[in-house]
Amino acid sequence: MLRINCPWCGARDMVEFTYVGDATVRRPDMGADSGHYEFVYLRDNPKGVQEELWHHVAGCRQHVAVRRHMVTHEILASGKPDSLPSGDAPS
Amino acid sequence: MSDSPGDKPPIPSRITPRPPEVRSPLPSIAPQKSRPKRLEPGPEFGGRIDRTRRLSFTFDGVAMTGFQGDTLASALLANGVDLVARSFKYHRRRGIFSAGPEEPNALVRLRTGARAEPNTRATMIPLYDGLVAESQNRWPSLRFDIQSLNNFFSAFLPAGFYYKTFMGPAANTKLWMRFEKMIRKAAGMGTGTHEADPDGYDQMNAHCEVLVIGGGPAGIAAARAAAASGGRVILVDEREEIGGRLLAEREWIDDLEGAAWVGRERAALEANPKVRILTRTTAFGYYDQNLIACVERVGDHLIEPPVHQPRQRLWQIRAKQVVLACGAIEQPLAFADNDKPGVMLAGAVRTYATQYGVLVGKRVVVVTNNDDAYRTAIDLHDAGATIESVVDLRASGAAGPTLVAAKTRGIDLLRGFAPVKVQGGRQVTGVAVLKLDADGKATGAQRAASCDVVAMSGGWQPTLHLSSQTGAKAMWSADKACFLPGPPVQQERSAGACAGQFTLSECLEAGHAAGLEAALAAGGVSVDDLAVPQADVVRERPPRAYWECPKPINTPGKRFVDFQDDVAVSDIRLAHREGYISVEHLKRYTTLGMGTDQGKTSNIVGFAVMAAARGVEIGQTGTTTFRPPYTPVSLGVLAGPEVGENFAPLRRTPMDHWHDAHGAEWIDAGLWRRPRYYPKEGGESLFDAYIRETKATRESLGIVDVTTLGKIDIQGPDVGEFLNRLYINGWKMLAVGKARYGLMLREDGIVMDDGTTSRLGENHYLMTTTTANAVQVMSWIEYYLQVVWPDLRVKATSVTEQWAAMAIAGPNARRALEKVIDIDLSNDAFPFMACGPVTLDKGKAGQEIPGRLFRISFSGELAYELNVPADYGHAAWARLMAAGAEYDITPYGMEALGNMRIEKGHVAGPELDGRTSADDLGLGKMMSTKKDFIGAKLAQRDDFLRDDRKQFVGLVPVDGVTKLMQGAQLVAKDAPDFAGTLAAGKAEQPIEMLGHITSTGYSPELDHPIALGLVTGGRAKLGTVVSMRDPVRGNRCEVKIVEPVFIDPKGERLHG
Repeated sequence: MLRINCPWCGARDMVEFTYVGDATVRRPDMGADSGHYEFVYLRDNPKGVQEELWHHVAGCRQHVAVRRHMVTHEILASGKPDSLPSGDAPS
Repeated sequence: MSDSPGDKPPIPSRITPRPPEVRSPLPSIAPQKSRPKRLEPGPEFGGRIDRTRRLSFTFDGVAMTGFQGDTLASALLANGVDLVARSFKYHRRRGIFSAGPEEPNALVRLRTGARAEPNTRATMIPLYDGLVAESQNRWPSLRFDIQSLNNFFSAFLPAGFYYKTFMGPAANTKLWMRFEKMIRKAAGMGTGTHEADPDGYDQMNAHCEVLVIGGGPAGIAAARAAAASGGRVILVDEREEIGGRLLAEREWIDDLEGAAWVGRERAALEANPKVRILTRTTAFGYYDQNLIACVERVGDHLIEPPVHQPRQRLWQIRAKQVVLACGAIEQPLAFADNDKPGVMLAGAVRTYATQYGVLVGKRVVVVTNNDDAYRTAIDLHDAGATIESVVDLRASGAAGPTLVAAKTRGIDLLRGFAPVKVQGGRQVTGVAVLKLDADGKATGAQRAASCDVVAMSGGWQPTLHLSSQTGAKAMWSADKACFLPGPPVQQERSAGACAGQFTLSECLEAGHAAGLEAALAAGGVSVDDLAVPQADVVRERPPRAYWECPKPINTPGKRFVDFQDDVAVSDIRLAHREGYISVEHLKRYTTLGMGTDQGKTSNIVGFAVMAAARGVEIGQTGTTTFRPPYTPVSLGVLAGPEVGENFAPLRRTPMDHWHDAHGAEWIDAGLWRRPRYYPKEGGESLFDAYIRETKATRESLGIVDVTTLGKIDIQGPDVGEFLNRLYINGWKMLAVGKARYGLMLREDGIVMDDGTTSRLGENHYLMTTTTANAVQVMSWIEYYLQVVWPDLRVKATSVTEQWAAMAIAGPNARRALEKVIDIDLSNDAFPFMACGPVTLDKGKAGQEIPGRLFRISFSGELAYELNVPADYGHAAWARLMAAGAEYDITPYGMEALGNMRIEKGHVAGPELDGRTSADDLGLGKMMSTKKDFIGAKLAQRDDFLRDDRKQFVGLVPVDGVTKLMQGAQLVAKDAPDFAGTLAAGKAEQPIEMLGHITSTGYSPELDHPIALGLVTGGRAKLGTVVSMRDPVRGNRCEVKIVEPVFIDPKGERLHG
């Protein structure tokens, strides 16, 4: 059971959130002819750190970017989407 | 008590020998061969029972008594009950084995009726007045159990027997199906109740700086030290009171007898407002980020919980730091017939004497591989039992002072001997032993020691469950012959016996240090003036890593390893021979370590047997992974109060009271309740009611509550562009005051949802969604606006609950509505798909209701949808009912609503099943080719363009009568009834499935059943007759494929 630091609401229990998925995949621009298959179907499953999105559905209803270790579930950083400092070293 | 710390005598000399006086049995009690066992009151024995408070209870219907402070197990033993259960597989006679949560044998069904609870451990049930317990897994009675015949066939029932028998040559013969019920019945735990649980459960969240798990000496020392640092401390212990083994051992701390020290420290902790002590509370799960789940048994020590009190409470404790002081569990030794009632763990034999005042035997043999079991010999001797022998697997025996203490009591020591077989029939009469050579092989002739109880000890294994649950990998310690907790993964540390620190002084020191360390790590102040509690330093000789005792040829009897699952040494050796050498495979093949006890007393011995068979060190076999829960947890406490009507929120529309007052029958839709139909007085049937409601609407006027449809208010300059991306059709040309039907795809090209969106103003739109997808569509919009296209100037808010919505439909809809609406409703002024603001009863003082009107139609009739602020919903509905009275306005429910949409061939939930494309639903032409939209590209994949996809069609029964069944399969008209069984190898080709029926209804206008369905290449098969098969419900008939619009295909009515 994780606690996620929502940049708008503060530390909240994970039951308030819905998991969205990998935050690093990018939807192709409107009108683009390629990249849709990769966007929909291809995901890494790193044994390590992943940047992902959680939706604070039972809170502010904002999407929160979370950097989480997929094995230990340690949360290394969280913030607004596209706002996490780069680097994946544990803080 | 007057000793000064400096010259305390060695521990054993404190023991006052007492005569073996015992209480005579109560005359009315004779459940089994009654052996009086309770010791007379005394300061050293039975210290935790209150002899002034006698409690009555029954076991298998026989009345007995015990005392306040007893467990069910100690009370049964005091009443001379040695047989309490039958084993899982062989139905062998089993007695109480332990005195704690590890108990594998003494599982009983507790309480009766709706409160009956199977598989409770007698060792963990505090005795209460009126307790009722029953033995399990026996028929007709515990003493005579017919299934114990299994025992005689046990040679033919080794590990893997069932798999080999039924999955081998007999596979596919249905033999398993014939025997399964019998086998499952024979191998069993207790049976539960089918009645609803009458008790309530509670859930709590708590936060603290330091959580200490385990209230023994290490835990108390840790809590005491952590509390001194000033933070919030929670101490949990699963027993009735804190103290752990201090309640059972004759030990001294800081010049106080152990239990007195516990009392003093408990009082100090309780006086500290930042400390919370939770007793009867088991920490069963250690989850991420230091969340520990505990279950507090609030009312389980009572016949039933008091009114307004929960039976149990789930605690979810978020701790900055955790001290694990969970103690250790004594392990057995494996020798023939070691499962007989009367063979018990040595520590338990001692606990029953010292804590509960119960002497489980008069003549005791102690068999051990370690020093600790000598305490049992010494304590039992002092309590009045005769110690026939201490059989020590080690040639050297115990450390010096312990040996002296035993010898001064005249206890016979057999050093370097191993037990090989328990003697006796129903009662233990002795134990045969053999001398071991230096390699651990048996030598010489068997000797026998007679006794009525065998107290065995295979050493103490740290309780690593919670540590292991964090992911810390247990490490084998050859010195201590046990697994120790691995390096911490979470913010925790282990102290005391669960870290392999088995002596009291070690426990106190380690607990103290762990408490200080945890408090400091949690941000507390450092404490340097708190003295470490002092106890005598006891030197122990290391245990011998030896559990599998010799079994000379021709010695009958199994050497049990897992008592609950009837796994013996021979089963593990067999698993090894057959290649199941990994401990995880071993567990699954033999069931070693399964069951309600999860191997608490079997894993070490089992792994040792496997290690010996493989010729490796036990550390190389590893351990299986511990997963929550540590001990069984009732489902009730996990569900907590969220049961029955509290299971899910119930959403009611603003018109709910009206529907209720008018006799609506309800149906769940999402979390809403909606009227399904409004039966007339006199018990009108569902069918009659919805047909009546359908006809009334089509012939005159109907009204339906559509509040539950999702409503999303979308505003901003870029809404048109945003809708263009969301929907497959174009939106940029939508004028203010107009509505449009839209269809959304998922990113993968599959249809997600549909609905109308209206343009209320230049930058203001209202989107509607289906009831079922309202939440999902809202989340989806938030995702795209927040993450994918944050540059779009659009804001969206769910307003589903802010607006009440009602649709008024039928040829008289305009006439009725005109009476209360302030705008011109003529076809020219307010045509199909128009929308705009309206006022009800304009100009009537205090009567005006603001609203929005939409000329949209789901029924296919001339229809309007009125939205008003939710607080006006009931009033607006009443006005429309009054306005429509002259046209016999008829409220209709979900059945009629669905029936009319089927007549019109509108798709809904059953068709939007997560597999259908826009083209499958006949809506492919809506897909704009002039713009990009979500799902556009992937909807052009080859498989989406095939013409043999399942397509949306209408269906009618050829005979015009037979009801069509939702979910029924459609196959070729001449398809056989049965294709044969594939597994039997006799199959012809499976019957080709042409499609299935998604929605069914009955058209009163056409006067025959109708249905919608998805049929392979269906649009090219109009007019074809297929066969409906519904074998589960036993329906079949011939069905014709038709266009999916049954009524008014040109849509003249809704434009009328």
